[in-house]
Amino acid sequence: MSDESANREAVSEERDAAYWSANVRIITISLIIWAIVSFGFGILLRPMLSGISVGGTDLGFWFAQQGSILVFLALIFFYAWRMNGIDRDHGVEE
Amino acid sequence: MDQFTLNLLFVGASFALYIGIAIWARAGSTSEFYAAGRGVHPVTNGMATAADWMSAASFISMAGLIAFTGYDNSTFLMGWTGGYVLLALLLAPYLRKFGKFTVSEFIGDRFYSSAARMVAVICLLVASITYVIGQMQGVGIAFGRFLEIDAFWGLLIGACVVFAYAVFGGMKGVTYTQVAQYCVLITAYTIPAIFISLQLTGNPIPGLGLFSETVNSDGTASGVYLLTKLDEIVTDLGFAEYTAHHANTLNMMLFTLSLMIGTAGLPHVIMRFFTVPKVSDARWSAGWTLVFIALLYLTAPAVGAMARLNISEMMWPNGTDGAAVSVETIETDPEYDWMLTWQKTGLLDWEDKNGDGLIQYYNDGSEAMAATAAANGWEGNELTNFNRDILVLANPEIANLPGWVIGLVAAGGLAAALSTAAGLLLAISSAVSHDLLKGQLTPNMSERSELLAARLSMAAAIVVAVLLGLNPPGFAAQTVALAFGLAAASIFPALMMGIFSKRVNNIGAVAGMLIGLIATLLYIFLHKGWFFIPDTNMFTDADPLLGPIKSTSFGAIGALLNFTTAILVSRATQEPPQEIQDLVESVRVPRGAGAAAADH
Repeated sequence: MSDESANREAVSEERDAAYWSANVRIITISLIIWAIVSFGFGILLRPMLSGISVGGTDLGFWFAQQGSILVFLALIFFYAWRMNGIDRDHGVEE
Repeated sequence: MDQFTLNLLFVGASFALYIGIAIWARAGSTSEFYAAGRGVHPVTNGMATAADWMSAASFISMAGLIAFTGYDNSTFLMGWTGGYVLLALLLAPYLRKFGKFTVSEFIGDRFYSSAARMVAVICLLVASITYVIGQMQGVGIAFGRFLEIDAFWGLLIGACVVFAYAVFGGMKGVTYTQVAQYCVLITAYTIPAIFISLQLTGNPIPGLGLFSETVNSDGTASGVYLLTKLDEIVTDLGFAEYTAHHANTLNMMLFTLSLMIGTAGLPHVIMRFFTVPKVSDARWSAGWTLVFIALLYLTAPAVGAMARLNISEMMWPNGTDGAAVSVETIETDPEYDWMLTWQKTGLLDWEDKNGDGLIQYYNDGSEAMAATAAANGWEGNELTNFNRDILVLANPEIANLPGWVIGLVAAGGLAAALSTAAGLLLAISSAVSHDLLKGQLTPNMSERSELLAARLSMAAAIVVAVLLGLNPPGFAAQTVALAFGLAAASIFPALMMGIFSKRVNNIGAVAGMLIGLIATLLYIFLHKGWFFIPDTNMFTDADPLLGPIKSTSFGAIGALLNFTTAILVSRATQEPPQEIQDLVESVRVPRGAGAAAADH
């Protein structure tokens, strides 16, 4: 293996590592939101939201039956959109 | 035209459509049989995956469970949608990059061991067959109703139809058929919901109607929210308040988590993401799938609440202070015809216990009601049997909707159950023929005998599911929830660690999967009976072995055991070889993803 190709290999490895940590960061943020809207607002934190009334019940009930689903949708599309950008920034797109 | 003929017509027409598509897109080669070529667009794939995913549990059973429990069963809604976030972020893109056909192929390669692949196959079979049992229950109920026979015979007829249908085509036929099935099932679910929402709230969007004010019969706003009214009626009858939180919080959270992790661990759903052209398409595909699922899931809580209100008002036509409905009304008034037809399936029944000619529907387990009941001479709840699983199918009849809507719902319920059963049978048959036989036992098998083995294993799976389905461990959605617990405890952790850790090795993964599967299966059998045979259980979900943790929620604990075991065992044993660590590196970046290939 020539010096040049070894060098290129090292650069590509570094780039892949940077790409992966960017990915893991977005996944972590998304999963925190995922947990807050479902386990949080929908179940555990519902008493805290009970003061905010929504159509005959409270915000926690809405999150448990509809709100969390809408947030899940937004999260997946945000992730797909953001990752496509990150793929390009790191030159790892197909 | 009478209702029976109308039902037959709708069900028959929808079946003709599916079979037509299956013949048109018949699978020719093994690769088409499993993965439908590469040309499936993310939106098409999303729609087919949604049909594959939304089963009898979502369509037939879920709204009924929400209707009779209220807020506490929101867990089904969050659990079965939240799993798609895990799937999209943690699994789908990497498994697509890996580029093989089956889940167990990934596990076998990543954990460089045929033992790991075999264990994955076993986990997959256990979870899928449990899932098929739930589908068979749904098929049985739907056939029972529209042929107006006992649900047992409905189950047997349904099993034959599912089998004939699943062996017809492989994935290719199934993909396009499932697009058609999605259209049928979503229309069937939404149309009655729109009608009912208009009747009750004047809002044409059921998901919004749920949080709207009810309207009076002349169309003017009553000033009372639907949910407030429902809370009042059910508490008047001694039931728990609809919107309030009654269940154990820890169990609710574990149950939701089990369903979420299980969703991301189910082989027939994951397999779908192998068939998109690119890694970025796998990410979009998961999003589109959830869009199509959300259309039903945002409507389901409205269906549940509105049906509960309608039923309560039907049983108490003069209000909860007035007289209950009379036996004579039920038997003669056409508005109550649905009760007579459902009685024939054995899933709905009533009995005038105190002989007053009226059917009092109330919660006879409630202490607060004891005084009222005694004062009025009631001798227990007289709506003696109301199977939760009939609610969605009976809903249009309860709301007095036109006959064609009822026929459409019957077709939709069957579409939901059939599409999922077919997808599961495909996952089962590919596990047996591709992973077990071709991958391990008889590698030199011809394509022809591989296809034959695939079809034989489908037949065997149906027989097992019917036998176990004779004593279902719960309502359809609850049976299905057990399957999710099993997938959560076994498959998902292995897949996730295979991608996110380079350190987890062959021994760790195998130990983790075995511990997760066995612990969860044991916990289920201890509470539901060995192989679901009645009276062989040592505990009940009313008083579970471990604190508040019911057998349906144990999957999350099983997953935790799986992760812990795999990580500890891997630390104590050798690091995976360099080429495996390189494989992990390579699945993490999209660059260089070719088409998926079978390892022939």
